[in-house]
Amino acid sequence: MRHAGIDIGSRSIELVVIEDGEVVVSRQSESGYNPVERVQELIADISFDKVMATGYGRASLEIAFDYPTITEIKAYGTGAATLHPGVRGILDIGGQDTKVISLNENGKVFKFEMNDKCAAGTGKFLELMAVSLGYQQSTLGLEALKGQEGIEINSMCAVFAESEVTSLLAKGCLRADIALAVHQSVCRRAVGMIKRQDLKTPILFAGGVANNACMIHLLKQTFGDDLIVPTSPQFVGAYGAAVLAGFL
Amino acid sequence: MADYTKMWTDLGLNLDNHDALLENLGGAYQSIFMSQEHRPEGMGYFDFVMSEAHGLRIQELRDEQEAGRKIIGSFCVFVPEELVLAAGCTSVGLCAGADFAQEEVEKVLPRNTCSLIKSFFGFKLGKVCPYMEVSDLIVGENTCDGKKKSFEIFSQMVPNFFQMDLPQNKAPMARKLLKHEYEAFIAKLEEMTGKRIGLEDLKQGIAAVNAKRNALARLSKLRMANPSPISGLDALLINQIAFLDNPVRFTEKVNVLCDELELLVKEKKGVKVENAPRVVISGCPMAIPNWKVPAVIEAAGAVIVGEESCIGERGQRNTTDASADTIDGLIDAVVDRYFKIDCAVFTPNQERVEHIKEMAENTNADGVIHYGLQFCQPYIMESFSVEKTLEKDGVSVLRLETDYSQEDMGQLSTRVEAFVEIIK
Repeated sequence: MRHAGIDIGSRSIELVVIEDGEVVVSRQSESGYNPVERVQELIADISFDKVMATGYGRASLEIAFDYPTITEIKAYGTGAATLHPGVRGILDIGGQDTKVISLNENGKVFKFEMNDKCAAGTGKFLELMAVSLGYQQSTLGLEALKGQEGIEINSMCAVFAESEVTSLLAKGCLRADIALAVHQSVCRRAVGMIKRQDLKTPILFAGGVANNACMIHLLKQTFGDDLIVPTSPQFVGAYGAAVLAGFL
Repeated sequence: MADYTKMWTDLGLNLDNHDALLENLGGAYQSIFMSQEHRPEGMGYFDFVMSEAHGLRIQELRDEQEAGRKIIGSFCVFVPEELVLAAGCTSVGLCAGADFAQEEVEKVLPRNTCSLIKSFFGFKLGKVCPYMEVSDLIVGENTCDGKKKSFEIFSQMVPNFFQMDLPQNKAPMARKLLKHEYEAFIAKLEEMTGKRIGLEDLKQGIAAVNAKRNALARLSKLRMANPSPISGLDALLINQIAFLDNPVRFTEKVNVLCDELELLVKEKKGVKVENAPRVVISGCPMAIPNWKVPAVIEAAGAVIVGEESCIGERGQRNTTDASADTIDGLIDAVVDRYFKIDCAVFTPNQERVEHIKEMAENTNADGVIHYGLQFCQPYIMESFSVEKTLEKDGVSVLRLETDYSQEDMGQLSTRVEAFVEIIK
């Protein structure tokens, strides 16, 4: 039996197909303006017996293809608990939201928190900061690691932070230092959410931002080895959805 | 609906704005209420009241005025309907649950004011609320800072305004204050009608309101059944209509509905499948047409079995002891009844947390969703201790903070669906 999981996020779509517990397909695409069409392209040449949709755009797949859906909270919970049994917490920083999820001893979600309406402290925030600083999104984290500590970015609002960055650049601050400060501010916010929920460890760091070397470095300063970064952090939700498809 | 254009014009409504509001409301009502399955037949009356909320009901109020009754509009469950009825007047609730004329509102109020306050300003400035316009007196009250300061501005916009002070704690002095304010309110009503309130008047007022609250309590009790015989949306609607409808007729219709619900409970017929996740909503009031969060909750497959809210249990539980045989004794009984309301403007307010716990137990709820309106300090502050206390006792809590806009529907749905997955 082949089980597919599709995670339509605000910035990217992930597809995972598992067969006998092994991942046989994993693909990613940008969400774009027509995610349903993107999903059609992603699945055009593959077959599966069961499927589960999750993520921000899950309802569009329910409408277009009558796919069953679950929330990304449960998808990430299941994905994390299956990939790393014993994980008790998840920090997921995606394109437009940040989630902190508590799992019980059996890997079941029992509490979660999401950021408010806006994209403060999410992948989108880092993306905008990369543009302001003239870095590629993919290398922003590595560049930030070269920065020196000492600057503080206070705004969490992407719009205000942009003007904060602009005035720091005007003052002659080095952009690597500013990049580090940007990461520190995102990290502070994530750690705040984790502490507020009194998350148990180990914590799995998932979502696209978990590919960012500087974010991993900063979070490890607080959590050390209690922070686990999976090899493909942005696929955890799609993987969880594929696992849950197996229970349909 | 008949043609009420003349009546609306006479009331000074802005017809273009008003048409836009009604069209919006009608659409929302169709998609949220009429699409529900397994609705009890008794809801037909409440659908009718809603369809005529700006028509026939306003006509009735105008007819009452014609016959000499005064219409008293108010915003808060601390304004006793017993006293209004005893004075031979009619009470209508004015709280508003939709954004309107935002640009006008933000000329007189700060942006970061809660939706509820902005809404009644919007209804006034947009000239779309016939209840506001038909009222002979509007009563404001000192609950939260937002309301009491905004009433300073609002009072300038209406011809006849009465400001009621409210205590902030439950000490004996505070009770004295409440009594003093109720006596001042009585004096105001008597001045308007030119008649003194007699013992019998007060007894009748209390009896009418007690009957209404008993009917609503009966409805609450029936929702404890599993499966629940009525949706949370419909129960909320009834609680909302309680502020608009003629109290005697309303009581009768709620009881008719409850007769039907009793049969449904006996036959184990529910509005959702048996063992659907059961949720209690707690927090800020939801005034018509604020159905956003309950609609999201029930669309996620859960059933709402109680509202710990002013438009719900907090506002309607407890009746007034009508046994005293002096006017002063009856006023004391009214004060005692209202002094028990555990609004978040009181401090300390441990009773409220206890009451939420009690409701969750009595209704066999699987979880509590705390509903906070953005910028509503009292309820959002309390939401932290509500969450902590309930979770310590093993009750799952989801805290939501939102406003009247529709832009966060996606995030709200995800949160609520994930919560329903957890408590299932």
